Amino acid sequence: MSKNTVAITGNDATAYAIKQINPDVMAAYPITPQTALVQKFSEYVADGLVNTEFVTVESEHSAMSACVGAAAAGGRVMTATAANGLALMFEIVYIAASSKLPIVMPVVNRALSGPINIHCDHSDTMAARDAGWIQIYSESAQEAYDNTIQSIRIAENMKVRLPVMVMYDGFITSHGIEMVDFLDDNVVHDFVGDYQPNHPLLDINKPLTYGPLDLYDYYFEHKRQQAEDIKNSKPIILDVAKEFKKISGREYGLFESYQLEDAETGIVVLSSTAGTAKTVVDELREEGRKIGLLKPRVFRPFPYHEIAKALSHLKAVAILDRADSFGAFGGPLFTEIRSAMLEYGKIPENINIIYGLGGRDINQKDISGIYEQLDEIVKSGKVKERIQYLGVRE
Amino acid sequence: MAKLKELSKKQDILSSGHRLCAGCGASIAVRQILSACDDPVVVACATGCLEVATTIYPYTSWRSSFIHNAFENSAATISGVEAMYQSLKKQGKIDKEMKFIAFGGDGGTYDIGLQSLSGALERGHDFVYVCYDNEAYMNTGIQRSSATPRGVWTTTTPCGEVIPGKTQYRKDLTAIIVAHKIPYVAQASIWRWNDLIDKAHKAFYTKGPAFLNVLSPCPRGWRFPSEDTVNMSKLSVQTNFWPLYEVENGKWKLNYKSKERKPVTEWMKPQGRYKDALRPENKQLVEEIQKDIDDNWERLLMLCGEK
Amino acid sequence: MTTNKKGWKEIPKGGLILEAGNSVKYQTGSWRSLRPVRDEDKCTHCLICWVYCPDSSIIVKDGKIKEIDYDHCKGCGICAAECPTNAITMKNESEFRSEQNAKG
Repeated sequence: MSKNTVAITGNDATAYAIKQINPDVMAAYPITPQTALVQKFSEYVADGLVNTEFVTVESEHSAMSACVGAAAAGGRVMTATAANGLALMFEIVYIAASSKLPIVMPVVNRALSGPINIHCDHSDTMAARDAGWIQIYSESAQEAYDNTIQSIRIAENMKVRLPVMVMYDGFITSHGIEMVDFLDDNVVHDFVGDYQPNHPLLDINKPLTYGPLDLYDYYFEHKRQQAEDIKNSKPIILDVAKEFKKISGREYGLFESYQLEDAETGIVVLSSTAGTAKTVVDELREEGRKIGLLKPRVFRPFPYHEIAKALSHLKAVAILDRADSFGAFGGPLFTEIRSAMLEYGKIPENINIIYGLGGRDINQKDISGIYEQLDEIVKSGKVKERIQYLGVRE
Repeated sequence: MAKLKELSKKQDILSSGHRLCAGCGASIAVRQILSACDDPVVVACATGCLEVATTIYPYTSWRSSFIHNAFENSAATISGVEAMYQSLKKQGKIDKEMKFIAFGGDGGTYDIGLQSLSGALERGHDFVYVCYDNEAYMNTGIQRSSATPRGVWTTTTPCGEVIPGKTQYRKDLTAIIVAHKIPYVAQASIWRWNDLIDKAHKAFYTKGPAFLNVLSPCPRGWRFPSEDTVNMSKLSVQTNFWPLYEVENGKWKLNYKSKERKPVTEWMKPQGRYKDALRPENKQLVEEIQKDIDDNWERLLMLCGEK
Repeated sequence: MTTNKKGWKEIPKGGLILEAGNSVKYQTGSWRSLRPVRDEDKCTHCLICWVYCPDSSIIVKDGKIKEIDYDHCKGCGICAAECPTNAITMKNESEFRSEQNAKG
């Protein structure tokens, strides 16, 4: 296992992963903050370093449409997008999942318009959580690289055959420079393996029809199948992570537990903010505070049992959402976890902190403030406000 | 005639048992077009009459591989299929010759599908796009499209007290496609099957994008008896409403010229959707429609070097 | 709700239809109210009816009209309207229904 550590942006690291994966077709449309990824990949294409047929489509809707056509034809397909691009391809995103096409798509998290905002929040991929795609969030450029590679194996597993979106934070991770360990080309090549087609359109000996009209007598059955399939992807996600550890030394699961086992209070937070929070945890631990962190990695299928269990011993937990669901009781991560805790049967005192919308920064001071609040809640036994907005000017 | 005997030996790619209306012009067009393909073909189709009626789960009328994705993206979808074919061919994983065709109605082509069609043509994929133009969103209940002719009743341009049916003329989509500078563009009709099948063959075997616009008379939406479908197609050509021409590498060629063009009223009279337009008080409208047809014809003659 | 239809555990995944062209099992012939009847003597086997049939219901064998596929013919009447020798006439389907019922 030879190491190749480079200082690189999240976009370039992910583009490099795509290069090593060497998909048969990539149909993509540029959108900030994903643009550098497609630009970098275009360079690989222009230099003849990949076999990929790069389709420079005229919109994201056509990007996912072409991906569906290409994947149904029978080969390895990838694309990438962000925010309104994801929103524009929304209709086809559902179709990719219902047609069981193992497309892998990095999504650079950016706020959905309006007003138009090009900075980081999770409203884009949270809005797509019902579409039937496997959803994996990455804290850093390293994770974005690692998750993209693993997603090929997850998506293409014959027991899964579902599309996967891999998230990383817009600008923070996509444009920030971090240290990334790259695997060797042949290691990635062997890990992803050859593409095994399943019901390809291009097999002239076995013609078939994709995308029929379902009347009310069959649609429900097809949807029931989707619910079952995505549930069954969980053990495979873990198996792939085990295999990945063997080639990289890096461990992945359904979520990451950071100093959580003996903690009394904890924060649940996705993506790059977890990185900031870990620094706070380290500092406050030095002072003897018993605090911890849980960083979900897999959002769909939601590991409700595992996360509820991991949080069950806490006295109080703050669940951070970088997206809101207007009219709901709290943000998406909050509603998932509350429901999970209810099912598990142990419900620590909990609050929802909605933060960082449209790239509003969250810093260490904000996070230690949250831990202060949790201590208050434990001491007083009372929650003043269940759902809070952090960092917005009143 | 010899040609028909040869063609009849091939099995139809579109099988019977589909649920298109009795007398549907689109199915006639599809049968004629696909008979011109000598290689295995993958078909993409936009949401619409053709797609819906031929793939009601668990039945499919397609003997070849077929993909329906959504309404506005048959061109983008077939772009993806074709790109995968090219990729696998370059990698030596496929060696068979295959053809790619996308079908869309006027809805999925002139209107909601125009963007993805334009993009696919501009990128130069090797495929055929066929618009089966029945001049309205027929599958959802005869709503107007930009292909609906002027003066016509549709369910969203009803002939009311104040507004007399569709007020705009049809969009000249074929000309828009010619402006994309693709190698082959043609307008065809199901009446002149010989012409259509030859054009389809040219389209399949021209490298790069090819486009066929085929008028597909609709008994249901145009309000005429189902046995008149081919006759409607004939009248559309004889009145110069639907000229037959092709543009090969930018060179325009007229394929049919009536000895004496029939007046547009001959085209309108058999169709219930023109009933209001033909009322005596709408004489002016008919004159304007006739002038529009004549002006377009003159322009076409010039482009084709016939004048 | 009919109970003949398969459940979610039995049907192929992804909404795929794996049996190409299986709609031939769906008999659209039941739609007819008029039926085309071909006069063998008048027919010149020009195959014009074949090229205009929307439902592939004119069966041709070795370049000659063999028969009409009444399982699928919808009775649109195009073949009768276009036949150059008027070899096809549209007759009332009811004339044939009792015959069909007898056949079961």
